[in-house]
Amino acid sequence: MSDFNQELDARGLNCPLPILRAKKTLNAMSAGEVLKIIATDPGSVKDFEAFATQTGNELMGSSEDNGEFHFLLKKGG
Amino acid sequence: MSEKNLTIIASKGTLDWAYPPFILSSTAAALGYNVTMFFTFYGLQLLKKDLSLSVSPLGNPGMPMPMSMDKWFPVLGTTIPGMQTMMTGMMKNTIKSKGVASVAELRDLCLEADVKMIGCQMTIDLFDIKHEDLIDEIDLGGAATWLDQASDSDINLFI
Repeated sequence: MSDFNQELDARGLNCPLPILRAKKTLNAMSAGEVLKIIATDPGSVKDFEAFATQTGNELMGSSEDNGEFHFLLKKGG
Repeated sequence: MSEKNLTIIASKGTLDWAYPPFILSSTAAALGYNVTMFFTFYGLQLLKKDLSLSVSPLGNPGMPMPMSMDKWFPVLGTTIPGMQTMMTGMMKNTIKSKGVASVAELRDLCLEADVKMIGCQMTIDLFDIKHEDLIDEIDLGGAATWLDQASDSDINLFI
């Protein structure tokens, strides 16, 4: 996976906390910066896709590794 | 992106049914929605400063019981005194162990995200609910207040 500016550890958190924490972290970031999120909630895969569609932040990558889900979100303008 | 609106009428005051309105509202706010929650009847319990919500196994055959208790305690068993307290305690432990937020935490996240909360004035009068028992961040209103919001809203839910 490519570079990122900030990382959010959302492991062990259940819906909707990963989304809420991601939103809060993005609020403090600048447009164009990339946030990496690590989660263990399988529902977060669909949820981060929907989050990106609804908010205009770009989901650059989504992958699974050993029961952990990694997302790269680029903050929209 | 154009702004979207969500309104939710929260009408239930149990621990389990406190989740859908607060989860949807906090998430919608994170997705950029303007959210208005209208609390009526038992839903007013969700606005109490001191959230002491319970869950009842009584009359709820869909509720999973630990240790096959539903086999040993058929319907009548759920009426045993103390059963509700026990099930509520078990539910709270499960919620914590699965990384699910508490109701108070979700409500705080909603308030932090500027979710508007309106308490039903009629219910407050009906049940003699004390204003000082409710959180300060709420407005009071009636059916017309909700209709005014709902008529311009993209999504309206009754829970």
